[in-house]
Amino acid sequence: MENSFVIQELVKQIDRLGKEVIWPAAIEADEEEKFDRKLFSQLGEIGLLGMVGAEEYGGSNLNYSDYVSVLERLAYYSLPYAVTASVSIMVQKMIEDAGSEAQKKQYLEKLISGEMIGSFALSESHSGSDAAALKTTAKKVSGGFELQGSKMWITSGGLSGVYVVMARTGEKEISAFLVPDGAPGFTLGKKEKKMGWKLSPTRELIFQNCFVSETQLLGKVGEGFKLALSALNKGRVTIGAVAVGLSQMALDLSLAFSKERKQFNTLLNQFQGIQFMLADMATETYAARALVMQAAQALGNPQSSLSQKNASALTALCSMAKLKATDVGMQVTTDAVQIHGGVGYTSEYHVERLMRDAKALQIVEGTNQIQRMVIARNL
Amino acid sequence: MWHFNDEQKSLQKTCREFAAKEIAPKAEHHDQHETFNIEAFKKLGDLGLLGITADPEYGGAGLGALEATIVMEELGRACASTTLSYLAHSILCVNNLDKNGSPEQKAKYLPKLISGEWIGCMGMSEPDQGSDAVGMKTKAEKKGDHYEINGSKMWITNAQYAQVVYLYTRTGKEKKALTTFLVDKGTPGFSVSKSIHKMGMRASPTGELSFQNVKVPISARVGQEGDSIYHMMKNLDLERITIAGISLGIAAACLDQCVKYAQERKQFGVAIGNFQLIQKMVAEMSAETAMMRHFLYSACQEYDSGSKDRLLATQVKLALPKMATKIALDAIQLHGGYGYSREFPLERFMRDAKLMEIGAGTNEVMILILAKQLLKECLVNL
Ligand SMILES: Cc1cc2nc3c(=O)[nH]c(=O)nc-3n(C[C@H](O)[C@H](O)[C@H](O)COP(=O)(O)OP(=O)(O)OC[C@H]3O[C@@H](n4cnc5c(N)ncnc54)[C@H](O)[C@@H]3O)c2cc1C
Ligand SMILES: Cc1cc2nc3c(=O)[nH]c(=O)nc-3n(C[C@H](O)[C@H](O)[C@H](O)COP(=O)(O)OP(=O)(O)OC[C@H]3O[C@@H](n4cnc5c(N)ncnc54)[C@H](O)[C@@H]3O)c2cc1C
Repeated sequence: MENSFVIQELVKQIDRLGKEVIWPAAIEADEEEKFDRKLFSQLGEIGLLGMVGAEEYGGSNLNYSDYVSVLERLAYYSLPYAVTASVSIMVQKMIEDAGSEAQKKQYLEKLISGEMIGSFALSESHSGSDAAALKTTAKKVSGGFELQGSKMWITSGGLSGVYVVMARTGEKEISAFLVPDGAPGFTLGKKEKKMGWKLSPTRELIFQNCFVSETQLLGKVGEGFKLALSALNKGRVTIGAVAVGLSQMALDLSLAFSKERKQFNTLLNQFQGIQFMLADMATETYAARALVMQAAQALGNPQSSLSQKNASALTALCSMAKLKATDVGMQVTTDAVQIHGGVGYTSEYHVERLMRDAKALQIVEGTNQIQRMVIARNL
Repeated sequence: MWHFNDEQKSLQKTCREFAAKEIAPKAEHHDQHETFNIEAFKKLGDLGLLGITADPEYGGAGLGALEATIVMEELGRACASTTLSYLAHSILCVNNLDKNGSPEQKAKYLPKLISGEWIGCMGMSEPDQGSDAVGMKTKAEKKGDHYEINGSKMWITNAQYAQVVYLYTRTGKEKKALTTFLVDKGTPGFSVSKSIHKMGMRASPTGELSFQNVKVPISARVGQEGDSIYHMMKNLDLERITIAGISLGIAAACLDQCVKYAQERKQFGVAIGNFQLIQKMVAEMSAETAMMRHFLYSACQEYDSGSKDRLLATQVKLALPKMATKIALDAIQLHGGYGYSREFPLERFMRDAKLMEIGAGTNEVMILILAKQLLKECLVNL
């Protein structure tokens, strides 16, 4: 009962921010690639960023299913802000799960309040799907480590206060480091020009003799890849959730448009061709939401220790949620453009942006081909 | 692939080389800045391509749908939006004028349009009349020795650059009472909006035309009053066939890029072309592109043979654009993060590809036309 009240309040706040701040600025933010930093802090103020965070640091320790339902609502108004939040929360959870007391003190409160944004840095120019082939190295030096190499495609690059960087500490050993913004030897590389997610900066990170102290090692030496994979499991469910929010917006815009636009003296929603498209869009969106919810509910129950078999089932379920919801997101946004006809092709009517934004979801946090591999492997 | 004659092969080669040299290198720039590659456009005039189907007497190349489609495919591989502007000019304006205009009108406009000195556009769609274009509201009233035009046209490709509009208007109450006029830029009462911001086809300017008591002489009328519905349909057939050529060009370009990338990009220690999911994407893309090519070229041959079969152009327009969008989406996917980046052309191909499912009649309108033909025995209310 209590939870559902909290959720309702949060959704109300998101609706307010969405209608008053995010949506009216959405077209310009996309065109000018403008990230509203103040808005992100507001997401912390209303409590979204701390939904699954520890209470000690200002979080509200809710279930994943509560979190994804609110995150979905944010994505309804803006996919890129929802992705920024979900990545930052993923970093927050990694620190909470594997970090030292000092690291938690240093970062969690700030990440939960929205004062700080977090980035997750795994991919490199030559290692995307095969993330384990990463080449960035961390050499043990006195008092800490020295990072060499570069990361690519890093969401919130340049905005973040902390970057979880996966680097090689040995031939067969990957470790995770918390690299603060401004660390000596850490610079930002080029900002990617992209099809969508334009307000979210995606950047290259460059490490040249970048010193990080021992205290910035996250978890133990050699644990980095495992940490990254387990974070991605949850991350995939949130990517599914944001895809559902995006689809819902595309559907709502299409419903509204087809109620107003007439051709042949007939409202569009009176044509079967349009009705069936809308029916499929709605059915698929609902199905995707149900699958994402099922995965989120499975995640929200970490106490019940999972047997090996169940762990596999959970991994498969998380990947299914990501795969299905993002494929649906692509189809639904594509249909939304179609239903709008010529105006759907212009930036003024939003749906073309939704379609451009949708495509990245099939690529990030494991491409949908990789999800299929993960699912098959875990069946 | 297709049994082109020598002339067609040489046309294909010329276009491919021209596109690689003059169009492709600037495509990203014009896409990003929403500017028009007017230099390349003018050079298409020097190559003799701006009047590809027009009468040689006026400088045209006198070729058919097949040749026009070859040009669309080859230019479309490099930059679909520059090609769309080329299509609006050479097919929607020049071809229509060449097929339906009087000798005086042709003499006045065609040489300049075909040399590239002037650019042309065609106005059919309106803000409230897109799929139902035949229900258009822009009106032309006969007043003594002239007509007066009032109304507006929406989504007009090349609007801002055009010296002349091939304009469809309504001249009577009956739904099919449509009449065409040639309206010159600068005619009092005729104005053009700023370019519309679009998802794709960004190097092709699109605008709204507005007409307020625009007076045009009777000599600006194309054909007879009220007979335009017939040439409009014939014009649309060629428009639909040739625009599908742009879809083919995009698909072919995607396939080329994917074949190359699948062999170059390594993950898990091997080229990604070793993975069955990548093989599936490339294989399907190649089968679909081949289907598109053969279907389209046979439709062109049919059209050029003077066939009255209107189904073929409609079927082409229904089938190809959808395939191109799917292929372009897969091409992005095959390139992973790089596909999403503007450093590769795939994301542009996809944004451009979507237009063909909307422009020149949407997918749904193609279904409507086919259904009206195929199911006419049972249809009520038509
Ligand atoms: C907008 C955006 C934001 C991003 N944000 C982040 C971020 O914050 N942090 C981060 O670390 N990364 C981020 N990424 C990177 C993203 O995770 C990678 O792009 C993704 O993992 C794919 O890697 P790749 O681009 O190198 O593609 P590749 O791995 O080169 O894949 C190319 C193609 O091969 C396929 N493929 C690869 N291996 C196989 C296989 N074994 N079987 C079948 N098919 C296969 C892929 O599915 C794809 O179709 C982001 C990417 C984008 C586009
Ligand atoms: C970039 C661009 C360039 C263009 N260039 C030109 C040009 O140079 N000259 C020109 O005249 N026009 C041009 N057009 C206009 C184009 O032809 C129209 O956009 C197109 O015909 C669709 O019309 P509409 O946009 O009004 O959509 P609508 O007709 O409003 O359609 C909206 C939706 O309803 C569907 N629909 C409509 N009727 C039915 C029905 N009976 N049954 C089922 N579904 C239906 C449509 O398929 C679509 O999904 C251009 C458009 C674009 C975007």
